[in-house]
Amino acid sequence: MIELRGVTVGYDPRAAGAARAGRPAAPPVLDAVDLVLEEGELVLVAGRTGVGKSTLLGVLSGLVPRFTGGRLSGSVLADGVDVTATPPRERTHLVGYVGQDPAAGFVTDTVEEELAYGMEQLGLPPTTMRRRVEETLDLLGVADLRDRDLRTLSGGQQQRVAIGSVLAMHPRFLVLDEPTSALDPTAAEEVLATLTRLVHDVGLGVVVAEHRLERVVPFADRMVLVAGGGAVRVGEPAAVLRDAGDDQPAPPIVELGRALGWSPLPLTVREARRRARGLDLTPPAEVPAPPAAARAEVRRLVVARGARTVLDEVSLTLGAGRTTALMGRNGAGKSTLLWTLQGASPGTRHGGTVRVAGADGGLVDPEDLPRDERWRRVGMVPQTAADLLYLETVAEECAAADEGAGTTPGACRDLLDAMVPGVPDDRHPRDLSEGQRLALVLAIVLVAEPDLLLLDEPTRGLDYPAKRVLARVLAQQTAAGRAVLVATHDVEFTALAADTVVVLGDGEVVSDGPVRRVVAESPSFAPQVTKVLGAGWLGVDEVVAARAGAAR
Amino acid sequence: MSTTTRLPRDLHPVAWWVWALGLAAAASLTANPLLLVVVVLVTATTVALRRGDHPWSRAYRVYVWLAVVVVVVRVVLRVLLGGGYDGTVLLRLPEVPLPDVVLGISLLGDVTAENVLGGLYDGLRLAALLLCVGAANALANPKRLLKSVPPALYEVGAVLVVAITVVPQLADSARRVHAAQRLRPGPRGRVRSLRRLLVPVLEDALERSLALAAGMDVRGYGRRGDASAAQRRRTGALMVLGLLGVVVGTYAVLDATAPRWLALPMLLGGLAVAVLGLLSAGSRVGRSRYRPDRWRAAEVVVALSGLAAAVLAWLVSREQPLIAYPELVAVPQLSLLALAAGLVGLVAAVAAPPPVLGATPAPFLVGRRDREEVAA
Repeated sequence: MIELRGVTVGYDPRAAGAARAGRPAAPPVLDAVDLVLEEGELVLVAGRTGVGKSTLLGVLSGLVPRFTGGRLSGSVLADGVDVTATPPRERTHLVGYVGQDPAAGFVTDTVEEELAYGMEQLGLPPTTMRRRVEETLDLLGVADLRDRDLRTLSGGQQQRVAIGSVLAMHPRFLVLDEPTSALDPTAAEEVLATLTRLVHDVGLGVVVAEHRLERVVPFADRMVLVAGGGAVRVGEPAAVLRDAGDDQPAPPIVELGRALGWSPLPLTVREARRRARGLDLTPPAEVPAPPAAARAEVRRLVVARGARTVLDEVSLTLGAGRTTALMGRNGAGKSTLLWTLQGASPGTRHGGTVRVAGADGGLVDPEDLPRDERWRRVGMVPQTAADLLYLETVAEECAAADEGAGTTPGACRDLLDAMVPGVPDDRHPRDLSEGQRLALVLAIVLVAEPDLLLLDEPTRGLDYPAKRVLARVLAQQTAAGRAVLVATHDVEFTALAADTVVVLGDGEVVSDGPVRRVVAESPSFAPQVTKVLGAGWLGVDEVVAARAGAAR
Repeated sequence: MSTTTRLPRDLHPVAWWVWALGLAAAASLTANPLLLVVVVLVTATTVALRRGDHPWSRAYRVYVWLAVVVVVVRVVLRVLLGGGYDGTVLLRLPEVPLPDVVLGISLLGDVTAENVLGGLYDGLRLAALLLCVGAANALANPKRLLKSVPPALYEVGAVLVVAITVVPQLADSARRVHAAQRLRPGPRGRVRSLRRLLVPVLEDALERSLALAAGMDVRGYGRRGDASAAQRRRTGALMVLGLLGVVVGTYAVLDATAPRWLALPMLLGGLAVAVLGLLSAGSRVGRSRYRPDRWRAAEVVVALSGLAAAVLAWLVSREQPLIAYPELVAVPQLSLLALAAGLVGLVAAVAAPPPVLGATPAPFLVGRRDREEVAA
């Protein structure tokens, strides 16, 4: 049992730049938090971005304040013993922690060595280590990967190896920070199934912080909602979600339940389906998309990397004024297709044509565009959006973008303000929230007014409101006649933002069509509302509108 | 037992290094070109037969080019600066007079056979040394080698392992940022574009190192040792005494006028005390090792074959100086003993088990999470 008693964490305003910039002292991130965690239950930590979820996890693992700065008061008790001052390395028997990017925490380079590393530090006898490594390999289902180089594993595999590497030290609690945010729906379910198994079979206490509530809520025994202002609310997920305000994150299924006045709130698709039987609503009619001029055309494209075919005869058209979502599991070739459209040739093209809108309105091969001027025609936001940023303040970044694109000074800043108003000029880009940073990168890319906009996994680390903002921004872009292509794992975001969906499987186009039809066809890509109400439905707002129409 | 050595497995890296250093010692004890060529061929054969398919396994090729360059440079320098050798003149070149400041060095001049051969033999010896080191690099897994350091030096080993992993990560990160910076409009200029690349790469490296430090800490790295103050004092005293002994001993060995009892005995004594210090420090490290590389028959044979080469070459240089250091004008000859000294290293190629093949090559990376794409 771990108990937090009156835990307060604040970041000293004198140490950070707040005092220099004349801002008022920041309120504590966690304010007198009391929390009891028991073994054998899965606890979900939810809340908006930057509200203190990671800080709460850090208090449990001991990384806060050692690795983050700040000041911690109150006490952390393990079975009544005060461990507040115990560093993470002395808590290994108590808490195993897996960070946001598991690959960044890997110390060795093969799976087996990684699993053994922690036990080596504990000085366990070799025979015990050998036995535990084998057990852990089996428990996490990674036995066939034992000799693999960690860098060559897929995201889901890396996540499971990272879990195994702390599990081998036999901690009593497992603390995970966004374990599924980088994973495709199937890999995310594998990881969650593994976690559930650890809770049920091994009796471990598991604490998970996650933005994608729709994935974790069905598995959670209890929920800790970090509500902002330092307060937390703890309880059964249904109760916490029912009492939470509209500004707090909630999965679509809960929003649906709230909109329809269901009580108790359903948390799983199965429960919601049962409740929805009585509903008699007609799904919104599918409006055929008007024909649009092509902003990009890919015909029978084959791209290989070494001897491996990454894209196999891919054909697709991106029409002006349309948002296309590119889906498919990790490794299906989504990023490769995006970079090929941008012209950066991440592999060798073995045939087919790629054409994007050129300067004169016609279509050109992006590889024929001048290498350092492609951003004029094709705007792209890569997976790690921060790679584009290199200056110290938001204002400098905007000015540099204006100067480079040759637009009127202030154009970039205006774009940024239109997306997220009120980003301070003097803020360092690294200090922005995920959503603000993404908006800044988007503004820099959009300054050149490209006809085609490509985004690679933009929703990672975004909470529901930030995703809604992004969807609105993309809608504005398509309204201006641009074509948008978004590679994403996020089915709820696809339902929210996309007009058409292209699903890649092993480098080939598996399905291609209007979002309503494609998500109804494949269960793993269906958003929750479709799962509950059946084909034809995408979002909660549609249900609300249909209900209002029926009432009239 | 002989069948177990035939199964593919990675030989203990220390065995390969002992073998390679033995061969290198043998090469440094002779200027006989035939013997040197034999040593080079032995390393090449062993590498060809026993290297794995890891990234470092391709290192030997680099060393071959380096060796060729060394030989060529050596000969060319002799021709350029080597005037003044008497002997059979091959080519008459005009001698360029140099100012008095560089007295004793002449440019060009008559090229004699002795001069060129001397350069060639010298270059061959250096090349053979290089190739021995190259063979060890290609054959021994550097990470497993670092894992074999004594427990007291564990921290140093850990730092080196992390440093080795950081280099490819930095390369990935630089490639990613370079691609990303092309996606945005921005001012040009050499200084500015350098900044555009460096700032994100360094930020990334810093973030990674913090994440790695956190990752190591939560897995128990740097746990308190439970040594008493007395233990710590004893270890410290042993280390300091040992190092003092080594320093004095080394000085005495190099300075011929120092009393002899200060030389080898002091050096060995100092080393022994230092080893004791390391053992004492290691005994209180509460760490264990998962599946350490074991010394088996094959390791012993490989290491012994390298040592044998060194011992035989030393015998040759003592008993048959004319074979070890042949006259430059005469055709060099090999004795049975010298041939044995050269060829005994080949035992390693036969005794070592075949390498484990099938490691995956490093993929081309565009995005940080692109490895997921590559892996699947």
